[in-house]
Amino acid sequence: MTAEPPESVAESVAESAAVTAAGSAAVVTVRAPRREALYFALRNGKLVAGLVVVLVFLLAALLVPLTIDYGPNDYVGPAASAPSGEYWFGTTTFGQDVFAQFAYGLRATFLVGLLGGGLAAVIGMAVGFTAGYRGGLVDEILNMITNIVLVLPALVVLLIVNAYLGVRSVGVQALFIGLTSWPWAARAIRAQTFSLRSRDFVDLARLSGVRTPKIIVREIAPNMSSYLFMTFILLFGGSILIAASLDFIGLGPTQGVSLGLMLNNAARWSALHLGMWWWFIPPGAGITAIVGALYVMNVGLDEVFNPKLREM
Amino acid sequence: MLRLDGVSKIYRVGAFGGRELRAVSGVSFDVNPGEVVSLIGESGSGKSTLGRMVLRLTPASEGTITFDGTDVSAIRSRKAYYRQVQGVFQDPFSCYNPVFKADRVFAMIKQEYFPEMGRAEWRDRVESSLDGVRLDPGQVLGKYPHQLSGGQLQRMLIARALMLDIRLLVADEIISMLDASTRIDVLNLLGDLRARGLGILFVTHDLSLGNYVSDRTVVLRRGRIAEMGPTDRVFGNPLHPYTRTLLDSVPRLHTKWADEEPAAGQTPCPFHDRAPDTPVRSDLAEAEKEHYVACAGSGACPAAKETA
Repeated sequence: MTAEPPESVAESVAESAAVTAAGSAAVVTVRAPRREALYFALRNGKLVAGLVVVLVFLLAALLVPLTIDYGPNDYVGPAASAPSGEYWFGTTTFGQDVFAQFAYGLRATFLVGLLGGGLAAVIGMAVGFTAGYRGGLVDEILNMITNIVLVLPALVVLLIVNAYLGVRSVGVQALFIGLTSWPWAARAIRAQTFSLRSRDFVDLARLSGVRTPKIIVREIAPNMSSYLFMTFILLFGGSILIAASLDFIGLGPTQGVSLGLMLNNAARWSALHLGMWWWFIPPGAGITAIVGALYVMNVGLDEVFNPKLREM
Repeated sequence: MLRLDGVSKIYRVGAFGGRELRAVSGVSFDVNPGEVVSLIGESGSGKSTLGRMVLRLTPASEGTITFDGTDVSAIRSRKAYYRQVQGVFQDPFSCYNPVFKADRVFAMIKQEYFPEMGRAEWRDRVESSLDGVRLDPGQVLGKYPHQLSGGQLQRMLIARALMLDIRLLVADEIISMLDASTRIDVLNLLGDLRARGLGILFVTHDLSLGNYVSDRTVVLRRGRIAEMGPTDRVFGNPLHPYTRTLLDSVPRLHTKWADEEPAAGQTPCPFHDRAPDTPVRSDLAEAEKEHYVACAGSGACPAAKETA
């Protein structure tokens, strides 16, 4: 919100006034709430560790493919060779570079997490905010839809839909994951909105003639921003896992590569029996590390935003 | 100007909404320009609900609330209504969004009602409005709500309501969070506003405040009007046993508390035992000119027991 001109002006005016009036100590108190969150965020081991892991993988996904001048599925090296100086993660039965596959696969993984988790978060927020704020009949209907989607065996539906649609891509996969994984987020946001909408400041905004969508976006959502952020992280991790499961059972993208697809190929060509551990360990460890780091980050964020959970 | 006619609020309670709770039932009164009407009652008597219904924050279940002759629930533009009618709530701490600076309540008014006004001109208006409630703009602007006192926040809310050219102010227990020194300032401010021709609906549980500021008093009990009329008549000659109990229970400065049980059942029911030629308006009897009183209720009046 600091980006907004009126507030930032007010802030700077207040600060200069505070400086002249009471010295620099007053400035610190004006800025206190945001500073405090940052202070605890940087000192929270879980959050920092999780963030570092996710960032390392993200950077690898973004940068490493730029340094490799062949595609992830090209047959470039000797077949089934163990990790070496030339092929860091070894090669597959067909001579594909596992390291290149891993780097490209990370891209697909982050993309599916971002798109699937993002879509689920958007739907969950829209449904949750509307149901929670409007209440009454709207809430009944939206809640019914939410419950129906919630009890759908999502993975089974995904299997059928994915098998039915011949063309499969990361985008379509993310779309279906997003369309099926929002219900718990919608329910959680609805419950939070319920408790916030009866606060006096919401009434005051209504008395100021502010329209409902603006009240939700400007008054209610900022009060649960930490909650929304954590919801997104959980949805992000969840979509990565669902995508990996789909890929592993052979319903992944038909072109390209993903971590789940690598596991699928490794299993199909008996990498385990042939002792080619370098084929399935990197993608498995990658998925585990990213999702695990996201969940650890979530716990850390919880502690940052909720003072009662902070470790003393 | 503002007229309530048989206004009721019914909530559905119970597991399946099978039972009814009448928070307010059949309340009728008027608020005229330049008049302070105080709504007095204990907690749960429905006075805040009435205030919220006037402010259109809660719809009325029965009856009509009209402002200048038009039904407020039929006014399509909330914005046009709130330009004329504003409210200040009881708890100033919860009226501010804790994530934002307190002066955002002014920014909201500017965005919705004065989007074209220049920043400097608006700032002047805010400052003069703050001056009007005896606040120092430098002390309160640019601060977070938790850095300000309840009295400051409450007066900022009053200043906010006055940024618009309002004609009716619903003041819901606005004094109860203030300390004694700022209390009189706000009361005098209300007096100034009345002199400017504003109608004020003053919701309170404090009898002495009601007596101090208001022209007319409406005593609510369990969602119904127990007694209403010009303040001096209601306080000078309380007819309803509930009003008397309320008046007796005000602690006095110079007398110690004495265990004085109010003699129950001895007072005649002001409605059913009224003088023969007293005019009656629905279930209120006009005992004096413009001084209406209801039945004492099933606890004290045998006639009410029969009908119940």
